Parts: sequence; C-alpha cells; structure tokens
Amino acid sequence: MTLPIAIGVLVTGAVYLILQRDMVRIILGFVLLGHSVNLLLLSAGGTFRRGRPLLETAPAEEAADPLPQAFVLTAIVITFSITIYMFTLAAASEDDDTEEAS
Amino acid sequence: MNAALPLLVAVPILGAALLTVLEGPRWLRRALLLTIGAGALAAGTCLVQLTRNGQVYAHDLGLWRDGVAIPFVVDAFSALMVTTTALLILVCSVFAVATGEADRRLFSPLVLVLSAGVYGALLTGDLFNLFVFVEVLLVPSYGLLTIAGTLRGVRGGRTYVTVSLLTSTTFLAGVALVYGVAGTVQLGELAGAAQESPLVASGMGVVLLALCVKAAVVPVHGWLTRSYTAPSPAVTALFSGLHTKVAIYAVYRLYAVVFDGDSSLLWVGVLVFSVTMLVGVLGAVGEKSTRSILVFHMISQIGYILLGVALFTELGLMAGIFYLVHNMVVKASLFLSTGAAEHTYGTGELDRLGGLARREPLLALAFLGAALSLAGLPPFSGFVAKLVLITAAFEDGRWMAAAVAVVVSLITLMSMLKIWDGVFWSKDPEDGEDHGPASGSEGAGAPGTVTAGAPAKPGVRPAVVLPALVLTAVSLGFGLGSQVLLDLSAQAAAHLVDTSTYVEAVTSR
Repeated sequence: MTLPIAIGVLVTGAVYLILQRDMVRIILGFVLLGHSVNLLLLSAGGTFRRGRPLLETAPAEEAADPLPQAFVLTAIVITFSITIYMFTLAAASEDDDTEEAS
Repeated sequence: MNAALPLLVAVPILGAALLTVLEGPRWLRRALLLTIGAGALAAGTCLVQLTRNGQVYAHDLGLWRDGVAIPFVVDAFSALMVTTTALLILVCSVFAVATGEADRRLFSPLVLVLSAGVYGALLTGDLFNLFVFVEVLLVPSYGLLTIAGTLRGVRGGRTYVTVSLLTSTTFLAGVALVYGVAGTVQLGELAGAAQESPLVASGMGVVLLALCVKAAVVPVHGWLTRSYTAPSPAVTALFSGLHTKVAIYAVYRLYAVVFDGDSSLLWVGVLVFSVTMLVGVLGAVGEKSTRSILVFHMISQIGYILLGVALFTELGLMAGIFYLVHNMVVKASLFLSTGAAEHTYGTGELDRLGGLARREPLLALAFLGAALSLAGLPPFSGFVAKLVLITAAFEDGRWMAAAVAVVVSLITLMSMLKIWDGVFWSKDPEDGEDHGPASGSEGAGAPGTVTAGAPAKPGVRPAVVLPALVLTAVSLGFGLGSQVLLDLSAQAAAHLVDTSTYVEAVTSR
C-alpha cells in the first residue's frame, strides 16, 4: 500500500507545481512527476518478489523482475538530462518570468 | 540483411559523434551530413523494394531472447516511412547548407541524432524502445529549437520542452500500466491484447493519448502553433515532416496491432479527427505571417491523416498512409519555399512581402505547386490523397467526416491563396510610394536584407530554391504516377488489417 500512496502524493505535488507560473517550480514539478512514474514502473514489476534476479542466487519465483528496473534506469537518465536542459532554459529567459508575473 | 537494420540508427549516431569531436574543414562537415542523409535514403529505397511484396524482416539487437532484446522490424509501412523521412532529412539538410544554417557548430550532429531517433522509432517493435527512440528524437530537437540563441527561440523552446516532457512522462506511465497488466511491452506479444482485456486497453489508452498530444490533435494542439514558429525555417520544415508524423505512424501501428482495429472505439477517432481538421483550418484564417498560417494547416492536415486509422477499413488505411506520405513531402516543400523567402527578405509577414512572383519565378512555382497540392487539386498528389480518403469515408458511411474533409479543402485553398496573394502576387510594399517606417524596419540580422531604397535587391539563390522545388516535383510525381504509391500504401495497409505476418516476425525468435 505504501507504493500507491507514495505515487499519489508525488503526483499531487507535481500537478500543483506544474500549474505554477515560475519556470523553476514547473521544473521541480516535473522532477516529482518523473519520480512518481518511476515508482509506477517499479510497481508494474510486482513488489512481492524481492530476490536478486540472478539465476543461481534465488529461485525463479522469488527473483525480482529485472525488466522494470532497467526501464526505470533508462527513464531516470532521460528525465535527469532534460531537467538540466530546462534549468538552462529557465536561466536564459529569466526576465520573461518576472515581467509577466507582476 | 536482417542484422543490417540497426545500422540505420547506428551510422547517423556515429556520424554525429565524429562531427562533434572533429574540427574538420567546412566542406568535409557538410559532405558528411549530406552523405549520411543520402545513404539513409538509399537504404530506405532498398527496404521498400524488399518489402513491397509483403515480406517482413526482423532482427533482435544483442540476440537476447524472450522479448528482452531491442527488436527492429521492417514491413512495407515502416519502409515507406523510413524512405520518406530520409528524403525530407536530406532535402532539409541541403536547404540548411544552402542558407548557412548547417555551419553552426552543433547543427549537423543534432540533425544526425534526430534522424537516428526517427528511424529507430519507425523500426522498433517494442513499446519501451519506442519511448526511448522518441526521446532520442526529441532531445536534439530541443537543441535545434534554441540553437539560434534568440529570445523567441528560447520562449518557443520552453513551451516545447515542457509539453514534450509531460507527454513523454504520460507515455511512460502508460507503458508501465501495460507492463503491469500484460507482463510484456513487446508489440508481437501484445497483439490483440487490448481487445481481450479492458485493463490493457486502458493502459494503451494512456499511451495513445500521449501520442495524440505529440501528433497535435485538437484539443491538445496548442503547443505546436506556439513553438513551431520560433526556430529557423530549415528547422521548422524538418520538424513538420518528422515529429508529429512519427507520432501518427505510432498511432497507426499501435491501434492496428494492440487493439487489432477494435471497431467499437472508432467513432471517437472520427469525431476528434474531424474536429481537428476544422479547428486547424479555421485557426489559420486570422494569422498574418506565412509560417503561422502553415503551422495551423499542419494541424488540419493531421486530422485528415488520422481519419484513415479511424475508418480502419483497408481502403481507409491505404488512403491514410498515402495521405501521410503526400503530406510530409508537401508540407516540407511549403515551409522550405516560404522559408527561402523569409531567409532572403528577412521577414515572413504577409503585408511586408510582395511581388515575388515576378522576381522569383522558380520560388513562386515551387510554392504554387505545393499549395495546390495541399488544397487537393489535380494533377498533384493531394488530389489523389483526398479523393481516396473521401471515397473511403463515404464507403464506410461516415458522411459527416467526408463532408468536413471537402469543406476544409476549400478553406485550405483560400488560405493558400492568401499567402500567394500576400507574398507573390501583390505589389511589393517597398515599390512605388515610400512607406517610411515599414520599409526601414526589416528583420534585424537576417542575411540578404538591404536597406529601403536600394535599387537592386539580391534575389533568392538557386541553391535555396532547389530543395522546395525538388519536393514539389516529388508531389507532382506522386500525383501523375499515383499508382506506384497507392500500391505501396495498399501493401502497408494490408499488414495493418491483418497483422499476423508482422506479429510472427517480431515474436518468432
């Protein structure tokens, strides 16, 4: 039950932040959204199997599903790089924000 | 032969790496960009030849088994798309070289990575890899949007990046839901799963929603008109042919394979895509610059293309695929011809341009041909595309959609005539009486701009006109020799109606 609650809290925070005017807050919102989807991906593999996903170390029915973890790893890299790029965009057009918000 | 498929992705990325690291002379960098583009076009043409009789080739990269590998699949539909996108990338690269855009330090590497992402997304047979390749396609696009470093570019880039990231995250959430329910994201194993299980259908619904945002379907189209007017003409032309069209390809493929063409949901598509046609074309009415008019027409045309999948008859799919190829070529041609005018004269505003028909007959020819094709007049490819699509809609009993398609064609023609009148036919506002402030304040920093009152203006150079002219000629060729493309589209549609060959090729190893 922890996983759905965590996903819900993260999505709530993300939606609130993305709807703000300030670019930096929007970006932080996307960071939260990225985390929530990563948790969703993990939960898709099933959290009841916790064993190491290696053939010799754990029986097949206990081994965790490695595929969603690989997905999450890829997604983290992509979200991270785009987040950095968005911060540069926010810095490049700072005036634009303050001007319109006033 | 199968093992060579990933080269379509690998070679452009290698080329991009080379161009980033090596400081070669200018001609060498240009040559590398164009050679890889031409190579991809040649490879695409070979693939079309190989798949035209219904063969499907597949390769699992890394030779992992049981749906863990990166599957590359090519059938008639993806081969056709690869060839068309390769043609567009090559032609837009030529335009960028001719306008000097390609000499920006990172332009060529970004275009090469972008093309790798496009080919990957077209060839992959796996939902998660589709996500990854779409990201590979998007990340260089963010760079290309802001490469000019103007504030307008940064603003457009901001809209584009936020919307893209939100859609990509939604897409990923959809993939997670599908994996959680079905236990696989490989298209071959997912075949027909959405029709059997409502849970898979809901997950796929999230994926399709994300793809519809990427394809700029009304009501989630607003980002397109904001961001596509920001970058340079070469980049807009490139984006118009690639980004939304890859999403459209994915909608076709996923609905055919995973939903198995479920007919109980089609009315939603017919409704939404008819509204897309109408809203897009009406949005263009109030616009005053060439590019913003064309961008709104893009949305309208996306409605036409997707109507094909919403009909989901063999004729409808064939019409949609024909329309897709036709539209990619014609739209890029329009962006390139108006972009050539914008590049040379420093503005795309309708009331600040004029008289180009006399001064630039070749450019006028390229634009007029493509504009008539977009509106659907013979002998261009647009006529055949609309005829087949509207016939398909009538045969399927979708009277309203067919009527909307006809009405929207008329408004499209009016809109094209507005550009024709403003840019090419009307008198040059700088000829005759002096307009004072209007003539002195041309776009700052644009090359080729001259101050008002100068007796001779530099015209559009032939190398800048050539790309648009080539694409208009291709559209004319598709119109006159439409049977060839119709046969290819029919073959592609056959694989979408009966997906068994495709599914077998993906899952067989």
